[in-house]
Amino acid sequence: MATVLMQGNQACAEGAIAAGARFFGGYPITPSTEIAELMAKRLPQVGGKFIQMEDEISGIGVIIGASLAGKKVLTATSGPGFSLKQELIGYASIAEVPIVIANVQRVGPSTGQPTSPSQADIMQARWGTHGDHPIIALTPSSVPETFTLTMRAYELSEKYRVPVILLMDEIVGHMREKIELPDSYDSIQQPMRKQPTEKPSKSYQAYHADSDKICPMPPFGAGYRYHVTGLIHDESGFPNGSPAATVAQMDRLNQKLSDNLDDIVTYEEYRLEDADYAVVAFGGTARTAYQAVDEARAQGIKIGLFRPITMWPFAQKQIEQLATRVKKILVAELNCGQYVGEVQKAVNGKIPVISYTKYNNEAITPAELLTGLVKLTGEEK
Amino acid sequence: MDMEQLVQKYYRQNHLPHMWCPGCGNGIVTSAAVKAIDKLGLSQDNTTIVSGIGCSSRASGYLDFDTVHSAHGRAIPFATGIKLANPKLNVIVMTGDGDATAIGGNHFIHAARRNINITVVLFNNSIYGMTGGQYSPLTPIHSKAATAPYGTIERSFNVVELAKAAGATFVARGTTYHAQQLSDVIAKAIAHDGFSLVEAITACPIGFGRQNKSGSGANMMKWQRDHAVAKAAYEKLSEAEQADKFAIGVLYESQAPEYTKEYDKLIEQAQGGAK
Repeated sequence: MATVLMQGNQACAEGAIAAGARFFGGYPITPSTEIAELMAKRLPQVGGKFIQMEDEISGIGVIIGASLAGKKVLTATSGPGFSLKQELIGYASIAEVPIVIANVQRVGPSTGQPTSPSQADIMQARWGTHGDHPIIALTPSSVPETFTLTMRAYELSEKYRVPVILLMDEIVGHMREKIELPDSYDSIQQPMRKQPTEKPSKSYQAYHADSDKICPMPPFGAGYRYHVTGLIHDESGFPNGSPAATVAQMDRLNQKLSDNLDDIVTYEEYRLEDADYAVVAFGGTARTAYQAVDEARAQGIKIGLFRPITMWPFAQKQIEQLATRVKKILVAELNCGQYVGEVQKAVNGKIPVISYTKYNNEAITPAELLTGLVKLTGEEK
Repeated sequence: MDMEQLVQKYYRQNHLPHMWCPGCGNGIVTSAAVKAIDKLGLSQDNTTIVSGIGCSSRASGYLDFDTVHSAHGRAIPFATGIKLANPKLNVIVMTGDGDATAIGGNHFIHAARRNINITVVLFNNSIYGMTGGQYSPLTPIHSKAATAPYGTIERSFNVVELAKAAGATFVARGTTYHAQQLSDVIAKAIAHDGFSLVEAITACPIGFGRQNKSGSGANMMKWQRDHAVAKAAYEKLSEAEQADKFAIGVLYESQAPEYTKEYDKLIEQAQGGAK
C-alpha cells in the first residue's frame, strides 16, 4: 500500500484502471477534464487506448463500440456534455452494453458555472434519456470512495449489462485527499461480463436471458455473429415491434435491476442509531453533513445522517424505514430541490420532509447546515 | 460464387426478404459489398458491419456478421470504438447520405482526418427515405422534397471532395447501374489501409423519384448509366460537359499513417520501448 495525495478526478481514473478499464473516449469539459488527461497518460502504459473524440456524442458512441469489442470502457463529462450523451445512454440501456460514464456535476442549466459545485443532475441521471429505462448512478463523497466506487461501477455495469453513471460533483472531483492505493492492481478481482456457455451457432440467441434476466455477452470477433440494435427487439436481438415483445423487453430490462436492489443499493448511516431526526445528504454535501451532525449532537440534538451512495435505483426501502425511525427528515443538496422530491414520495406524508437547498455556486457550510438542523428540531418545541 | 451461394453464405436467411421498396437500389449496394467481402476472403467471424439509422442502415441486420444498427449519425463513432478496441476486426460502415453527412457529418470528417482503417459505404439516394422524402445534404439543388415543396435552395455537398479535404486516403464512387464496378471499388476500399469512402449512387424511386418525376427504379438506373463516366474519361471532358456528369471509379488514393497502427506505436513508447 502506498499513501498518496490525490484529486477525486484522478481517483476516478485510477479506479477505472484498477477495475480493468482499457478504453477511454471523450471530449474535454470542465470540471471533468483531469479524468481524460490522466487516462490519456495512464492507459497506454497498461496497454489500453485513449481517444479524444470530436464531440460529446461520439465520446460515448466510441466507448459503446469498444465495449461491444469486449473492453471495459470509460467516458467522463459534465453538465452540457452529460446532456449531449443522453441519447446514447438510452442506446446502451436498450442494447445492454456495459459502459461507465463519470459526470462531474457543475452548475447549470446550459454553460452555467463551469467551475462551481452543484448536484443538480440528479434527475437527469435518472431520466435524461427518453423512454423508460434502467440506470444505475453512484455518488462518492471522498477521494478514497471515488476510487472504490469507480471500481464498483464496473462490477455493476458488467454484471447487469447497464450503463452506470458515476455522479461526482465538483467538490469531490477537484478536492485533494489522502488515499491508500495498492502497489499493484494485479491482484484486484476484475469484473467481467458473463460469457455464453454454448458454442457459436446459427441458432444463437444473443438476447436470450438466463434465469437472472441477464444475457451473456460475447465480444465481437468471437464467432457468435450477432446483431445489436437500438430498436425494441426480442431474444434474437433483431427488431420486433409486437406488443408482446415490447412488454417482454421493457419488463426484463427494468426487472434485472429491480429484482436486485439489495445488491445494487448501498448507503451509509452515521449516528442514526438513536436519532430523532435525520439529515439526508450525499456527495460533497455529505461531508458538510458529518460535521453539522457532530456539532448538533454536541448541542444535545439527537440527529444522524443517511447518505445514499447509490442514487439510482432509489433507496426506497431504506427511506421508508427511516421514516419510521425519526420524527423529521431534512434533505440537503446543492440544487433547487431534486432528491427531496424522491424522499417525500417514499415517506408519503408519514413524517415531515424538509428541503434544504443552496444554488449560489458555493458549497453548504457546516455552520449553515447546523442552523438548518437546529431550526428543524426547534420547530418541535 | 453465384448470387444464390452468396445469399446462402453471407445473408441471414431468416431475416429476408428485406424491407426496401420495389425499385430501391439498396439491395444492389448491399450485394456489391457482400461480393467485395467474398472476393477478399474476409472471415465472417472477424468482420463487423456497423450502420446508423435510415433505409440503408437496415442492411446490417440482413448480413451474417457481428452487426450493429447504431443510432442516427453515430455509426462511425461506434465503428471507431470497435476498430480501435480490436484492430484485427475488419470494420465496414453502411450508412446513408443523411446519416453520414448531416447528423453524422462531424464524425465523418474526423474519422477521415484520423485515417482510421474503416471503410464507409455511403448509400447516396439523395433523400431521407425512411421518414418519407425530406431533403438531405446530398439532395441536388432545386430538387423537390417533402420539406422542399418548392425545390431545395440548399447547395449539396460533394462528398468525394469533402472526404478528400478531410484527409481520407481512399475515395471512390460507383452506382447501382455499374454494380460490378461498384463491388470492385468496395473491395479496393476494404483492402486499403486507412480511412476509405465509397459513395454508392442508388435510386430511391419512392422517396425521391415520385416528387421529382424521375420515373421507376429502372429509369433512375438509366439516369445513372447516362450520367456516370469513368474517371479517366471524365477528366477529358470539357468543363461544360462535366457539369452534367459525374466521375466513377477510384477517384483518389494516397498513403498516410493509419490510426490504430500509430496507436500501437504510442503504447510501445508509453511502455518505455522505441520512441
